[in-house]
Amino acid sequence: MSARGLWRFLVGEAESSGADLGGPGAERELPGVRVEVQRLNKAFGDLQVLRNLDLAVEPGETFVIFGPSGCGKSVLLKHITGLLTPDAGRILVDGEDLGAEGPRRFRMAMVFQSSALFNSLSVGENVGLWLKEHRVCDAEAIARVVTEKLALVGLSGWERAMPAELSGGMKKRVSIARALAVTPNLILYDEPTAGLDPVLTEQIGKVVADLKRLRITSLVVTHDLNLGFAVGDRLGMVHEGRLVQVGTPAEIRATTNPVVRAFISTQTKILAEPGFLTKNP
Amino acid sequence: MSRLRQTAQRLLQGLGEGAILFLQALYWCKAAPRNLDKIVAHLLEFGNATLPIASLMALFIGGVLALQTGSRLAQFGIQNTIGGIVGLSMIKELGPVMTALLLAGRVGSAIAAELGAMNVYEEIDALKTLNINPVRYLVMPRLLAGLVATPALCMYVNVIGLVGGAFVSAVNPKIGVSVRLFRLNFQEVVEIGDLSDSVIKAVVFGVVVVITSCYVGLKTTGGPEEIGRSVTRAVVLSFMMIFVLNYLITRSLM
Repeated sequence: MSARGLWRFLVGEAESSGADLGGPGAERELPGVRVEVQRLNKAFGDLQVLRNLDLAVEPGETFVIFGPSGCGKSVLLKHITGLLTPDAGRILVDGEDLGAEGPRRFRMAMVFQSSALFNSLSVGENVGLWLKEHRVCDAEAIARVVTEKLALVGLSGWERAMPAELSGGMKKRVSIARALAVTPNLILYDEPTAGLDPVLTEQIGKVVADLKRLRITSLVVTHDLNLGFAVGDRLGMVHEGRLVQVGTPAEIRATTNPVVRAFISTQTKILAEPGFLTKNP
Repeated sequence: MSRLRQTAQRLLQGLGEGAILFLQALYWCKAAPRNLDKIVAHLLEFGNATLPIASLMALFIGGVLALQTGSRLAQFGIQNTIGGIVGLSMIKELGPVMTALLLAGRVGSAIAAELGAMNVYEEIDALKTLNINPVRYLVMPRLLAGLVATPALCMYVNVIGLVGGAFVSAVNPKIGVSVRLFRLNFQEVVEIGDLSDSVIKAVVFGVVVVITSCYVGLKTTGGPEEIGRSVTRAVVLSFMMIFVLNYLITRSLM
């Protein structure tokens, strides 16, 4: 283990200061970054979750990763955020290897499946947490950014509410606002509509689709193909730890790949026939 | 035999990881000035959670101690030494140990539950993705609050325990030692060094309770039922470490 590695092991992850990261709205030519995943492998014990997974997402693109539960979609996202370390392979963001030490030239944010709002903080404090903790700007500027980001997700005036007072869909939207407050170049959505009813799913879908105009590179992990087709510039299906098909919504709909077809037809069947699951246990 | 080895291995691993967490929290103390609001909030939380029970506990422990020892001492006609005996027992042993046990039960369990829930509901992961170090944000403020609160609470428990002891000694007809005599004997027997022993123990126990609870909380995985298990684990581990360390500290301070 190198001296730097030992230091990191002893004191934990370093925090970049607000100055290193730039203020809100740090200028770049294009907000989005290019993400490249190369031959990513991950196993948990005997279970091989990712097998030589390759993926490339272009700057400003909204890429949807879909597939059945347990196929490794969320594990892939956790590798990109650095929450998991790959057994083999690497991830490049604008050519920068995520496995390498040192400050990053980009920012990323993640919207968690469970929303992961801090229950002891108000909505406004949740959204402004990154700005406050990294001392990016003063309290007045933070309040302005919070108001602006909450407006983007249709939650103006909810700054003082506590997470416990919000519906599932509202929590997701606050989580998106919190991610946007980071002024990210890459935003990752982990099952943004999981556990939501169709009305709330549509609301979240609209928010994600609406945010595409910001030209932030977005990676959306979902098993909801309707959402995928609605928001994705391109979609990719993960099956048994590999990306088996990539294409535009039209290409995916027209694919002859039997695995993708089987997944699409299962989803269509569930949506088309109410009570399908109870009739076919 | 292999099960015993696995248990020992897990214990050693836990101790090692706990020590690393402590070092990380110490390192992040450099960020204490800008986290002052959190430290003060935790300090108030610790005080609110423990002060009323600590008062009741200390008052009755001091009273029982005086009652048990005083009546025996009276049989030999040396009940005038009760101030020193109650004082030394409270300050050197019962004060710090009972404070630490109370802290583990009230504060340690709350820390393990809160951090455990945060881990289960991906809040710790959310902190990491926001590039906020969980040790700096969650552990360090609690550690510093514990470092301040535990010795202060221990001194408070000592004082209330002595008040309880003096009161029982004065009002119990079998003992019949006035508050003045109790105080004089206490001043004669108890030295400043005894008070510093009490503070040393309280500081160590405070660190142990906070770090153990934070460690167990941050290690919680699985569903909500694991949060309950983590709370029990944090309290039991804290109790065990308090008892073992109490002996080791007492031995090294002799």
